[in-house]
Amino acid sequence: MSFSFARFIPYKLQIQKRTDEVSRWLPLATSVGAIVLAFLISALILLLIGGDPIRTFGYFFNAAFGSWGALSDVVVKATPLLLIGLGCGLAFRMRLWNIGAEGQFYIGAFFASLVPLVPLVNMETTPKFVILLIMGLLGMLGGGLYGLIPGWLKAKFQVSEIISTLMLNYVAVFFNNYWIYSKFSDAGFQMTPMFPKSAWLPRLADYARQVKAFSGITLHLGVVFGLVAAVIIWIIITRSRWGYEINLIGDNPQAARYAGIDISRNIILVFMLSGALAGLAGMSEVSGVVHRLQERISTNYGFSGVIVAWLSKLNPFATILVSFLFGALIVAGREIQPSGLYFFIQGMILFLVISSDVLLHYKIELVRAAPEERK
Amino acid sequence: MTITSKEQTNAVEMRDIVLRFPGVLANDHVNFTLRRGEIHALLGENGAGKSTLMNILAGIYKPESGTILVNGERALFNSPKDAINRGIGMVHQHFMLVPTQTVTENILLGLNDPGFIMHLPRYDQKVADLAEKYGLKVQPTAKIWQLSVGEQQRVEILKTLYRGAEILILDEPTAVLAPQEIQELMETMRLMVQQGKSIVFISHKLNEVKRVADRLTVLRKGKVTADGIGLENITKETLAELMVGRKVLFQLNKNPHTPGDVILDVQNVSALNNRGLPALKNISFQLRKGEILGIAGIAGNGQSELAEVITGLRACQGNILVNCKQVANQSPKRAIDQGTAHIPEDRTGVGTAPGMALTGNMIMKSYDHAPISQKWRISYTAAREFASNLKEKYNIQAPSLSTQVNKLSGGNLQKVILAREISCGPTLIVAVQPTRGLDVGAIESIQNLLLEQREKDAAVLLISEELDELLDLSDRIAVIFEGELAGIFPTEEADVKTIGLLMTGELRRQE
Amino acid sequence: MSLEIILRSGLSTGTILLFAAIGEILTELSGVQNLGVEGMMLLGAMAAFKTSLLTGSPWLGLLAGIAAGGLLSLAHAVVTIHFQADQVVSGLSLTFLGTGLALVLGEGLSGQNAPLIPNASIPLLSNIPLLGRVFFSDLNVLVFLGYLLIPFSWWYINKTRPGMHLRAVGEKPAAADSLGINVYGVRYLYTFVGGCLAGLAGASISIAISPGWYSNLTTSGQGWIAVALVIFAQWNPLRAALGGYLFGMLRRFMLDLQGPMLIFGLRNPFFYNHNLVFFLQMMPFLLTIIALVWGSASARRQRIGAPGALAVPYIRGERR
Repeated sequence: MSFSFARFIPYKLQIQKRTDEVSRWLPLATSVGAIVLAFLISALILLLIGGDPIRTFGYFFNAAFGSWGALSDVVVKATPLLLIGLGCGLAFRMRLWNIGAEGQFYIGAFFASLVPLVPLVNMETTPKFVILLIMGLLGMLGGGLYGLIPGWLKAKFQVSEIISTLMLNYVAVFFNNYWIYSKFSDAGFQMTPMFPKSAWLPRLADYARQVKAFSGITLHLGVVFGLVAAVIIWIIITRSRWGYEINLIGDNPQAARYAGIDISRNIILVFMLSGALAGLAGMSEVSGVVHRLQERISTNYGFSGVIVAWLSKLNPFATILVSFLFGALIVAGREIQPSGLYFFIQGMILFLVISSDVLLHYKIELVRAAPEERK
Repeated sequence: MTITSKEQTNAVEMRDIVLRFPGVLANDHVNFTLRRGEIHALLGENGAGKSTLMNILAGIYKPESGTILVNGERALFNSPKDAINRGIGMVHQHFMLVPTQTVTENILLGLNDPGFIMHLPRYDQKVADLAEKYGLKVQPTAKIWQLSVGEQQRVEILKTLYRGAEILILDEPTAVLAPQEIQELMETMRLMVQQGKSIVFISHKLNEVKRVADRLTVLRKGKVTADGIGLENITKETLAELMVGRKVLFQLNKNPHTPGDVILDVQNVSALNNRGLPALKNISFQLRKGEILGIAGIAGNGQSELAEVITGLRACQGNILVNCKQVANQSPKRAIDQGTAHIPEDRTGVGTAPGMALTGNMIMKSYDHAPISQKWRISYTAAREFASNLKEKYNIQAPSLSTQVNKLSGGNLQKVILAREISCGPTLIVAVQPTRGLDVGAIESIQNLLLEQREKDAAVLLISEELDELLDLSDRIAVIFEGELAGIFPTEEADVKTIGLLMTGELRRQE
Repeated sequence: MSLEIILRSGLSTGTILLFAAIGEILTELSGVQNLGVEGMMLLGAMAAFKTSLLTGSPWLGLLAGIAAGGLLSLAHAVVTIHFQADQVVSGLSLTFLGTGLALVLGEGLSGQNAPLIPNASIPLLSNIPLLGRVFFSDLNVLVFLGYLLIPFSWWYINKTRPGMHLRAVGEKPAAADSLGINVYGVRYLYTFVGGCLAGLAGASISIAISPGWYSNLTTSGQGWIAVALVIFAQWNPLRAALGGYLFGMLRRFMLDLQGPMLIFGLRNPFFYNHNLVFFLQMMPFLLTIIALVWGSASARRQRIGAPGALAVPYIRGERR
């Protein structure tokens, strides 16, 4: 492909497929560049609708980083994004488009909530860490089972997982609604009663008596789940046999089959793990933040998580950074009018990232035009 | 611009053509002349630049520099359509046909007539008439996926003729044909030339070229080494030297070797192909350790399916025993565990993971046992060492171990696959078209590798479209036709004529 | 709960789905997969509503909706056709972009009333007994547009030269290219057309069939259902329309189920326990999945499939 202004200028833009290795920093640079560009464009849109971008972004920054409380809020918002981003990242490695993290999140939250709501164990006498352990496991189980469905449909019937997971997202929300409107409702309100303290994930604020500075800080244990999960996923991808199989299937499923790898089994397993992480995120949110099950427990974590995964180029440690960035976006976004801008920025970032990926595959250079072409 | 009388007799003149691809100079100041009414053969080994040169003539690529003259007038092609308008038609090696549409629809693609509404019956008749004129039998209303490879080729030729092509380029047309069909094609070519057409015939097989060409041009690594020479005194040796640049010895180290026990036992195997039609019909044969069994046959007669049922990639009826263990209808893992190595037909689609590094591809067969992995872990240090050893041993040219394999040349890619498969010390090797598309040097090394394995007592099932290769390497030859084994006999007793008849089903012989 | 009402409702809401689905069929037949339909629909809905509100003309609004969908799809086209980015991710990003843009630019539109595309009755046909009342009287003009689009799109795809070229580009672009068909151009065109139709679908929601702007609840997943319909329809506009209409009927049926105290003489569970309605709301989505399963199995049996080059970027001269 070449664009030629040859008639006027003796140079032309030449776009050629790369044959050499790409330097390590280029993917990072394109991701960063995309984010910066997305912000610039959003600023432009803001200007167009009569807003003041500088003040808005000033608010952004202050809202997200202005105080310890704000920083803690950022981490709290980042936690589910991190877990979901890790799960989606793993699925994407195998080219399984798990867009259903939102639904898996809800179902995980539901399963975990069953512990204090039914209640499944005695909330007074059971030690806190046992309660939380069971909630965590149930959250993962719920998300995992919900991820099993699209995985199985794909493995057995080749049903597009994009559509099945999306559909299941809606189903999960309705399912959740049924229970909180009826059986578990708190005096007819659209939420369950607040969980007893024994079902709350520990927060820094709990230690306010020991450390004064912790007072009011809502940062909770969920973030530790996320960090541990990141390490585990990293080990799986880079150091385990399973990780090798996943990478191979993602690169060329036919080759994987030829090498004797059972693809169906892996589709199901990976989907379950991806779902389990989203389910754990759900548990972390209801147990660590809202302390009850309600209609809206997610500010589109499922979809933002997808973008987080893609932006971090599926690298678990990059996912940590990116999820914090997006957490900051959410926290700051609460202050921003109009609220749709948050969606827009995310879409813009994703769009620019994939557009910029073209630079990774093609070299663009200015070349002297051949004399033949100048007529 | 004056037209000299010499230029007037030339259908095509390509002067000083230069075209570069990332990393390779495909055409290096190439000159090529096609006279009117001649059949001109363009030879060279794989990768020499012949297809590239003709793709330029057909308008698919644009040269960086150089001129093209068609019938004495300058031509600048920005797209295939420009070339077609100048009367140039190309029949590609890999057909450019839309499988779900009919013959007539494919022929009418891209034209202005009929304009908007497609009322086909009239055009079906036109196609039938044209086919009749040139002796190309084909049914206009058939869908392409229903046709055999030979019939599809006829459609490709009809496409060019329908568009009034006066200059035809045939890119390796005989690769997919049986000996008789090659004969028919050559008659068709002579017929076309009698009608005033000029033909370029790309090939890498001298024996075919000698039968039909008037003149010959040889390319080697992008340069012309013989420019439009006559065929009178050409021998296989001089030609090889022109193509490869050194004296090629055609030396294969095939020593006599006594086969051992039966290692592969195929019993009454039947299987369907991807279209649900029978591809294998009740096939039975045995293969012993230390012997090479060559399977000859035209593409599409069940060879691919045969390889797939043995390696666990396709379901079948019947039994397939490797080392007395059933591998039919089991996962590929079963066959691999029994020591089966598979060198697949499709190097990039099946045999390798294009986006993965060299190391990752090398360990595809050995990643789940020591020393590369322990329990659930993989040691990439051990993997790299393993890959490094193989890279050196098999002389694989690649910048580093972490190079993605989609950046390797065809020959090196095949070496990766072979290295990987052979390094496991297999008892059975299923090799499908192992030297297709490779240059002479690579072909030689791979053929010798297979012979080496034979001496190490491995059994080799060699499926190939190159009859010469089969005759050179195999101990026994079987011919497959329409999913059945039409004949199986020792190589000493084989003669090309009989094999050709078996390949097209005109003769049936049982062992 | 009457069959007539269910049928008419099905025709109306089905029209929305069929516009988007036929648009996506055209896009996918050319080899491009555009998953941004939901975003384009929402953007189209917003643009149509806002324009109609501001200008007082629903027809201008309709144009605006179509244009909005088309423009957004061009972004997808450039990135996937020229830059050869992954089509799935690009489509998803466009869903976000379209949704985000629609929400941002649609601030303050909730609760407003914009001039709508009117209903109409077809003169002679509406007098046919029974059928006339259901299919031809007092339906939105866009429903009738749908009636025309269905046979036209089928005929265009299967019986015309541009349709043949379209199918060739999606099935084997190398063949089309070698014969002078502009593969990139064709793909751009039909991606754009698909986007326009998605925008039309959105407009038919907000200024015709389910009037109003309810931020992102306006489309509530219908774009995704349309994408699923394409697979279920096996890229055949007739089947897509049928599926769309059936879906619309089903939705109405579900709604009607909640009303009466008795259904066929039995106690209506949805009446007595209102919360069970959530299970009803799940149904369209579950049914989409079932339709997909059935569609995939049936396609495999008949050996029809997606266009051969679907979602695979095309580069001249490169062999895959």
